[in-house]
Amino acid sequence: MDNNPSSLPIFFIRPASSWSSIGLKELWEYRELLYFLVWRDVKVRYKQTALGAAWAIIQPLMMMVVFSLFFGYLAKVPSDGIPYPIFTFCALLPWQLFAHALTESSNSLVANERLITKVYFPRLVVPIAAVLGGMVDFAVAFAILVVMMLYYGIVPTWALVTLPTFILLAIMTALGVGLWLSALNVQYRDVRYTIGFLIQFWLFATPVAYSSSIVPERWRLLYGLNPMAGVVEGFRWALLGKSEPPGALLAVSVAVVILILVGGLYYFRRMEQEFADVV
Amino acid sequence: MVLNSQSEILMPDIAIRCEGLSKQYRIGERETYKALRDVITDAAASPFRRLRSVIGSGNGSSIRNPKSEIRNSFWALDDVSFEVKRGEVVGIIGRNGAGKSTLLKILSRITKPTRGHAKIHGRVGSLLEVGTGFHPELSGRENIYLNGAILGMRKTEIERKFDEIVAFAEVEKFIDTPVKRYSSGMYVRLAFAVAAHMETEVLLVDEVLAVGDVQFQKRCLGKMGEIAARGRTVLFVSHSMPAIERLCQRAILLGDGKILNDGPASIVVDSYLNSGVNSPALREWLDLARIPGNEVVLVKRVRVCSQQGGTVESSDIREAIGIEMVYEVLEEGRVLVPNYHLVNEDGTCICVIQDLGEEWRQRPRPIGIYTSTAWLPGNFLAEGRVLVSAAISTYSPFIVHVFERDVVGFRVVESFDGHSARGDYGGHMPGVVRPIVPWTTFQNTNA
Repeated sequence: MDNNPSSLPIFFIRPASSWSSIGLKELWEYRELLYFLVWRDVKVRYKQTALGAAWAIIQPLMMMVVFSLFFGYLAKVPSDGIPYPIFTFCALLPWQLFAHALTESSNSLVANERLITKVYFPRLVVPIAAVLGGMVDFAVAFAILVVMMLYYGIVPTWALVTLPTFILLAIMTALGVGLWLSALNVQYRDVRYTIGFLIQFWLFATPVAYSSSIVPERWRLLYGLNPMAGVVEGFRWALLGKSEPPGALLAVSVAVVILILVGGLYYFRRMEQEFADVV
Repeated sequence: MVLNSQSEILMPDIAIRCEGLSKQYRIGERETYKALRDVITDAAASPFRRLRSVIGSGNGSSIRNPKSEIRNSFWALDDVSFEVKRGEVVGIIGRNGAGKSTLLKILSRITKPTRGHAKIHGRVGSLLEVGTGFHPELSGRENIYLNGAILGMRKTEIERKFDEIVAFAEVEKFIDTPVKRYSSGMYVRLAFAVAAHMETEVLLVDEVLAVGDVQFQKRCLGKMGEIAARGRTVLFVSHSMPAIERLCQRAILLGDGKILNDGPASIVVDSYLNSGVNSPALREWLDLARIPGNEVVLVKRVRVCSQQGGTVESSDIREAIGIEMVYEVLEEGRVLVPNYHLVNEDGTCICVIQDLGEEWRQRPRPIGIYTSTAWLPGNFLAEGRVLVSAAISTYSPFIVHVFERDVVGFRVVESFDGHSARGDYGGHMPGVVRPIVPWTTFQNTNA
């Protein structure tokens, strides 16, 4: 190599410190790795499963059928004047995206143990890739939603343009919680067993099968502490043109997500210095 | 030329500089993770422990268990300092557990040092394992891109080198086949080929040449030589002394986490091979922190002995040789099978031998100290150096409690007096065994 020594990058290796920056610049340098890891996860999942992409549709569809039958038809849960099947399917989309992203990211470090103990790269790439892997399933299921909207003759309003914001919010929520859980999972393998329970619990606390309008007005802000409540109501508003935008509730949700995510990033960066020794 | 710090004015040729690098591991940290339960019970027990230590210091006697304190942690790397010049190829040698891999892991930024620091000029590529991140379901083509990205290569760089990689690995015909259908040889070739085409200024390579067939190993060595010749800085860990001597001008010998020797490769390799550091006839662990084993069984001593009972470094080819293992069973209730893996100088496994004695074959071991000795008959092993790895396993369920590589060694010597399998032949005799077997010879026709 004829490189001038002074033009070479210099790397310093020092003992672990208690606080480090999030390292966004380095993360950006490794964006191609991020892309390849997402691509690997998606490709392998579709190659290994007999039904492949069909799974992305089957799951929310089955849930929709069960919810429509028991909550919509038998229990007569109010759905803000929207046909119950599409009312719940519209909420199941971001929910599935979130649940998938959360599960995958929480297990991501342990699942990629070989990589972590044998190669250096910014560890944040791993949970981020795991979260993004669910976007393909989401896109497939979204096509079904479009078909259903045509069937029910629902025309979206201008609010549709805000939809990407809610998708982003769902991903940020999953990533924020996923960062905490994935780092904890390296230290304590119990975390793996709590994830299934956590997601089930969270589903009931989120207005997927019901509308947040059944929550009394004065508790609505508190309800926003569950960021997925803001996401789901946002989805309904953006796609189905539900009368009122989820204003204050959404603001609380956004604030909570930012808190969880920033906290998760710092916690992760602090813990990652030991990942290779512990995992 | 812009220089941004004084140190660079003083030493522009330095590629790697380590000062006092040390790494402490808690015992078991590398193998096990904690369950939340343990943390909770630890937290619950700690007030009592604190209380006990207060009482202990109060009456002037310590009730701390020294054994558990020592066993708690050890230094895998202990105050290691050295410099590597740009374009230098340095071999890192030493026994298993000497700290070679830990050093490479720290320099490749996989793990952090406990103390000390290092500075590296240039991009670092590390190859600590062949095929990291390969996915069996993906095709050879897909794995090249994935593995390249994992190793830090840019997509454009991989595209440019793609044909070269495929040609080097000789997998042109199978490039779109999932690698799970590859033979192990093809798999390794492809994995090495990707890594060999990294273009970083500094390359850290762990024992990765010990894979593949002899033919491919030769080509890998050739490729490594080529890389070195292009003026890149290489740190190369290997157990193969010929490879070290061929590729490196300089070698560093590590032992117990410290630098024992640093100098021209041929001199350091010689001193390593001739010193007791390299698999002596007797190994005994006095330092409890390093004793091999787990919570079930610990190996306290391994030695090579003669039938007269003395420890021997070498043995006549006609004499029986004993390999003795002293071990302590800490947890009762398991059937334990002591076994040895015998390897010759070329790294060829001669055989695996295990204890089939009736007394303990099916019987769970009570707690206690045991001595098991394997007797290799005379006129069995070929002449030359033999390295012994010692292990203790349980077969159902299959658990390897201890596996200590190259723990002892001995030399089988053959006299040329016509009383061994060599007979009256004085030339080179290949083969890992040299038995005397019965022959029958008839005269079928008379002249």
